[in-house]
Amino acid sequence: MAAESERVDRSSHSMDKSITLPPNEIFRNLENAKRFAIDIGGSLTKLAYYSTVQHKVAKVRSFDHTAKDTEDDPLYEISMQEEILARLHFIKFENAYIETCLDFIKDHLVNTDTKVIKATGGGAHKFKDLIEKKLKLRVDKEDEMTCLIKGCNFVLRNIPHEAFVYVKHADSEFRFQNTHPDIFPYLLINIGSGVSIIKVESEDTFERVGGSSIGGGTFWGLGALLTKTKRFDELLQLASKGQHTSVDMLVKDIYGGSYVSLGLTGDLIASSFGKSATADKEFSKEDMAKSLLHMISNDIGQLACLYARLHNLTRVYFGGFFIRGHPVTMHTITYSINFFTKQVTEPHLTELPSQGEVQALFLRHEGYLGTIGAFLKGAEEDNPNQYSWGENYAGSSGLMSTSPDLNPMQRARSGTFDMLEMDRLERQLVNLPLLQDPSSYIPDTVDLSEDALAREYWLYCFEEALDGVVKRAVASQPDLPEAAERAEKFRHKYLHKLQTLRHQPFAYGSLTVRSLLDTREHCLNEFNFPDPYSKIKQRENDMALKYFQKAVKSLEELSWEQRQFALVRGLLAGNVFDWGAKAVSDVLESDPEFGFEQAKRQLEERPWLIDNYDQWLERLNGPPHKCALFFVDNSGIDIILGVFPFVRELLCRGTEVVLASNSSPALNDVTNNELQILTERIAAMDPVIQSAVKEDRLTLVQSGSSSPCLDLSRLDKVLAGVVRERHTDLVIIEGMGRAIHTNYYALLSCESLKMAVIKNSWLADRLGGKLFSVVFKYEVPLDKKPTTLDHVPVTPS
Amino acid sequence: LEIRFPWKLELSFPWFGMDIGGTLVKLVYFEPKDITAEEEQEEVENLKSIRRYLTSNTAYGKTGVRDVHLELKNLTMCGRTGNLHFIRFPTQAMHRFIQMGSDKNFSSLHTTLCATGGGAYKFENDFRTMADLELLKLDELDCLIHGLLYVDSVSFNGHPQCYYLENPSDTQNSVKTPCSLADPFPMLLVNIGSGVSILAVYSKDDYKRVTGTSLGGGTFLGLCCLLTGCETFEEALDMASRGDSSNVDKLVKDIYGGDYERFSLQGSAVASSFGHMMSKEKRDSISKEDLARAMLVTITNNIGSIARMCAVNEKIERVVFVGNFLRINTVSTKLLAYAMDFWSKGQLKALFLEHEGYFGAVGALLELLKSSEEP
Repeated sequence: MAAESERVDRSSHSMDKSITLPPNEIFRNLENAKRFAIDIGGSLTKLAYYSTVQHKVAKVRSFDHTAKDTEDDPLYEISMQEEILARLHFIKFENAYIETCLDFIKDHLVNTDTKVIKATGGGAHKFKDLIEKKLKLRVDKEDEMTCLIKGCNFVLRNIPHEAFVYVKHADSEFRFQNTHPDIFPYLLINIGSGVSIIKVESEDTFERVGGSSIGGGTFWGLGALLTKTKRFDELLQLASKGQHTSVDMLVKDIYGGSYVSLGLTGDLIASSFGKSATADKEFSKEDMAKSLLHMISNDIGQLACLYARLHNLTRVYFGGFFIRGHPVTMHTITYSINFFTKQVTEPHLTELPSQGEVQALFLRHEGYLGTIGAFLKGAEEDNPNQYSWGENYAGSSGLMSTSPDLNPMQRARSGTFDMLEMDRLERQLVNLPLLQDPSSYIPDTVDLSEDALAREYWLYCFEEALDGVVKRAVASQPDLPEAAERAEKFRHKYLHKLQTLRHQPFAYGSLTVRSLLDTREHCLNEFNFPDPYSKIKQRENDMALKYFQKAVKSLEELSWEQRQFALVRGLLAGNVFDWGAKAVSDVLESDPEFGFEQAKRQLEERPWLIDNYDQWLERLNGPPHKCALFFVDNSGIDIILGVFPFVRELLCRGTEVVLASNSSPALNDVTNNELQILTERIAAMDPVIQSAVKEDRLTLVQSGSSSPCLDLSRLDKVLAGVVRERHTDLVIIEGMGRAIHTNYYALLSCESLKMAVIKNSWLADRLGGKLFSVVFKYEVPLDKKPTTLDHVPVTPS
Repeated sequence: LEIRFPWKLELSFPWFGMDIGGTLVKLVYFEPKDITAEEEQEEVENLKSIRRYLTSNTAYGKTGVRDVHLELKNLTMCGRTGNLHFIRFPTQAMHRFIQMGSDKNFSSLHTTLCATGGGAYKFENDFRTMADLELLKLDELDCLIHGLLYVDSVSFNGHPQCYYLENPSDTQNSVKTPCSLADPFPMLLVNIGSGVSILAVYSKDDYKRVTGTSLGGGTFLGLCCLLTGCETFEEALDMASRGDSSNVDKLVKDIYGGDYERFSLQGSAVASSFGHMMSKEKRDSISKEDLARAMLVTITNNIGSIARMCAVNEKIERVVFVGNFLRINTVSTKLLAYAMDFWSKGQLKALFLEHEGYFGAVGALLELLKSSEEP
C-alpha cells in the first residue's frame, strides 16, 4: 500500500507542472484496465480503455417469515454487496504529455493479458515506437474513418443530448437535440486538414461520398503564411477579432447596395479577398484571418448542403479539429449552412418539394469519436454494441464553455485533461413502444439551460439539500467508520459539479432537474453510497404494511363511486411521503408521526390544479382496460397504502397490471428488488393480489432506470416486450419526478394518467398552484377518443 | 433613305456595351466600316475622335487594353457592317473613365450608354453628376446569356467560338478542340469573375441562378498579391505556370503513404490545400511560384467541385465555363476539364468559349440595338 502511494507521488512529480489534476484522478481504475486504444491527432491525444469497477450495491433479502412471525421483525434485511461494473474511460490531453502519461500508465498497469493497443489518427505512426517501448504493447493501426463512424454511432446511440445546434447570440449557445431513435442515415462532415463527407446508413454501411481539400489545414497553412501566426488556436483568436469586410469584396462594393433581383444582400461576400487584389494598403492580421475563416467555412457549408441535397439527408454532423468546440468555427459553419440550405430549398429555385432544411449539428464528444471507434474495433469480441451505456456524470468533465471570458470557471484549454466515462448498463434500453412520436419526445418539462430563473432556483435548492443528503448517506452506513470521510468527498464533488453547472449549464447536455438528480446519484455511487435511504425505506415499508389490511377493508366499505375517489385521494396522499422533496423531508424529519390521514388533510380540495377526475370516473364506468403499466414512485406509504389498493381495484375490474419500478436505488423510490418482497408479503395478506400474482395478471418489471425521474425513451427492453405482449392500453405515471419534472407533456398513443402532489412551493408557483396542489391529468390520444360529435353544439351561421 | 431605314436615324453612333464588374470593366465597341462619304461629313468631330482613339490604339492610359485577337470582323449588326472591339480596364479606373467622358463631352452625342454589372448601379450617379450621362442599367445575368448566345451564333471570324479539351484526363497532352454550341440547352453556365455565379440555363430567357461562391478570380489574385507581392493577374499566372503546388499542398500520399484504398482515393489527390504550410520549416523554404500555383489549383478545383455538384443536382451534363478568370489561363482550363471528366467518370463535359469574359458587355450592346427596334 505504501509503495503504491509512493509511486503515485513520484509520477505526479514527473508530470508537467501545468497538469491541474493528479494523474490518478485522471487515469482511473488502471489496475483493472484492459483493451487500450489511442487516437493521436495533430495536437491532442485521446486514450481509451475498459476497466471494471468494484462498487457497493445495496441488496434486500426477505427473511423467512414462516418460521417465526413476530410483529417487530423487519420485513427484509439490507446487505451491502460488491458488484463489478464495466466502465469505459476516455481521456483527452495535449500531445506534449504523451510520454509522461505513458509512464504513468505503465507504472500502474496490473493486467498483463493486454497485448495490443488499437491506434488511429494521423499521429499514430509518429508515436508508434514510443508507445511500443513504454507500454510493451503492440500497436495495431485502425482505419481513421471507420473509427470515426463507429465512435459517432456509439455516442449518438448511447448519449442523449449528444448533438447540439450552435446559436451564437442566444442565452444558451447550445441547443441540444433529441436523439432520434433511429440515428441513421446521416452525413458526417469531418473537417481535419482536408474535408471528408461521409454518408452513414447503418452501423457498418458508410461511404465517403465526397470531400474537399479546402479544410482546417488550408486555414492553418494559409493563415500562417498571411499572418505569421503559428498556432491554430491563435489564428482563430485573431479571426474572432477581425473584420472581414476590409478584405473581402462584398456585393455592395460592386453594386453600391444589394443585388435586388437575385435577393443577394449588400453584405454578402462576392469575392473573398477581392479587395486585397486592388487596394494598395496593408491589411491587419485579424482582418485577413477573419476573411480566411469565412472563406473556408462558407465553402465547406456550401459543399455540405450540396451533398445533403444530393443524398436527400437533413441530419448533418460536423467534426474534426477545425470544429472541436471552437465557437468561431461553429458559428461560421452554422451561418454558412443556414445561408446555403435556404438557397437550395427556396421554392422558386428548385422543383424539389421543400424537404426540411439542413441543420448544422455538432457533437459534445466529437473529440473522442476516433478513440471510441478504435476501442470498439478492439473490443468486438465483447460486443459492446449489444449493451446500453450511460454517461457517468461524476466521472466526466462535460462540455467546456466556448466563451471563457464569460465563464470564469472555465478550465484553461492547455494543460488540462478532459474525461468521459461510460458505464455499461445492466439492461438494454429502448423506447417505450407507447410513445406517440418517439422522435419528438422530450422527457424533461423545463430546460434549465434556457430558463435562467429556474436554473438559479434549482441549483440553490440542490445546494441547500446537500447537508441532508450527506447526513443520510453517513447514517445509512453506521458500521463503516470511514463513511463520514467518504460523505465529505461526495459533498465536495457534488458541490463542485453544481458550481460547474452554474457557469456551464450545458456541460452534460440540457440542464434539467432530472440531470441534477442523476448527477447526485452518480456522485453518491462514486463514493460507495449506493442507497442512503435503505434504512428509511425499510422502516417505512414495515410500518405501512401493518396498515394495509385495515386500509383495504375501509375502502371496501365504501360505495363504488366513493371508493374510486378514495383510491385516487389515497394514492395522492401516499405520494406526499417523499424524501426527495425538501418541504416534505423537513416535516418527516421533525415529526415522524406525520401520518397518512394527516397527509390526506394536507391535500388540496377539488377542483385540483389539474383536474380530469370527472373524465377518469366516466371512463371507469366504461369497459375495463386490457392492461395498465404503472410507473411507481416511493417506498412505504406511497406504494403500500396508495398504489396497491389502486392496483387491486384495477385487477378486480379485470385489468392486468404491470408494475414498473427502478432497477437500482434512487432516493426513497421503491426498487424492483424491494417491490418483489413487498408484493409477496401483500399477496400473503390479500387473496386478490395473491391470485393476480399467481395467474400472472400482476407482473413486476424493472424500468431499467436508477433515476428519480423517468425517460420513456430509455427503458428496459424486457419492459417494452411485456408492454407489447399485453396490449397495454393505460399508462399510469406517479410522482413529481416522473410526472411533473419529466413527462408532464409526454404524449402517449394510449390513455394515460399522470398523478402527483406538488411538494415544492416554487414549482407550485410556476404552475399556478400552491404547495400540495394536485395534478391529476387523464389524457386520451385524439384518435382513441370516442366520437363525441353528438355533444358538439352546432353553432349557427 | 429615311423611309427605308427608319430606325437608322434613331440609333446614332457610337455603339457601346459596357459590363462593370467588381475588378474589371469590359467594354465592347462597334466600329462601323460601312460609313458613307455623306455620313463621314456629317459625323461630328467628337465621334470621329472617339472612333480614331479606340481603333488606332491597343492600350489606353496605363491600364486599359484592347484584346485585338478577339476582334470580330465584318460583323453585321442592325443592318450595319463593322468590327466589334473588345476593351477592358480595371474598375478602379472607372472614375478616370467617367472624367474622360466628361472631358470629351460625350453627353453631346445623345447616345444611350447601356451598362450591366454591379458597377452600372454603383457608378450610375457618378456618370450623371460627373459627365451628365444617363446609364441604361441592365441585369447582368440576362446580358451574359444573351451575349453568349449571340457571340456563339456569329462565329469567331469563321471559326467556332466554343471548344473543349480532347483527352482531358491527361492534362499534359490534352488538346484544345473546337466544337459547336448548337442546341446549347440545357447548360450549366459557370461565370468566373471576381466571384462565381452558377446558372442553369434552359432557354434564352429561362434560367435560374443555382448558387455562387465567393472563391473566384478575385480570391486567386487577392491572395496571390498578399502571398507573393505580385500586382497583376498576368504576373500571378506567370508565376503559377512555373510553380509546383505539391510543395504547398498536402497530398493523400503525404498522409497515407500512397492511395487511401478504403475510399479509393489516389495518392496524388490533394488532401489539404496549403496543408504543408502548417509546418514552419516548409513555410520558410517555399517559393512564390509554388504558392501562386497552389492558389490557382485550389481555387480552380474548388470551382470545379461546386460546379460538378450543381450539374449532378440539376441533372445537366454540359458545363460551360466563362469569365475573365479563364483568360490566358490554360492551367485552370485543363484542370476544370479534367475535374469534370474524372469525377463524373466521363458523364460531364466542360466547354469553354474564346471570348471568356466579354459576354455581359455584348449583351448590353444587344440591348441598345434592341431598344432602337422598338417604336
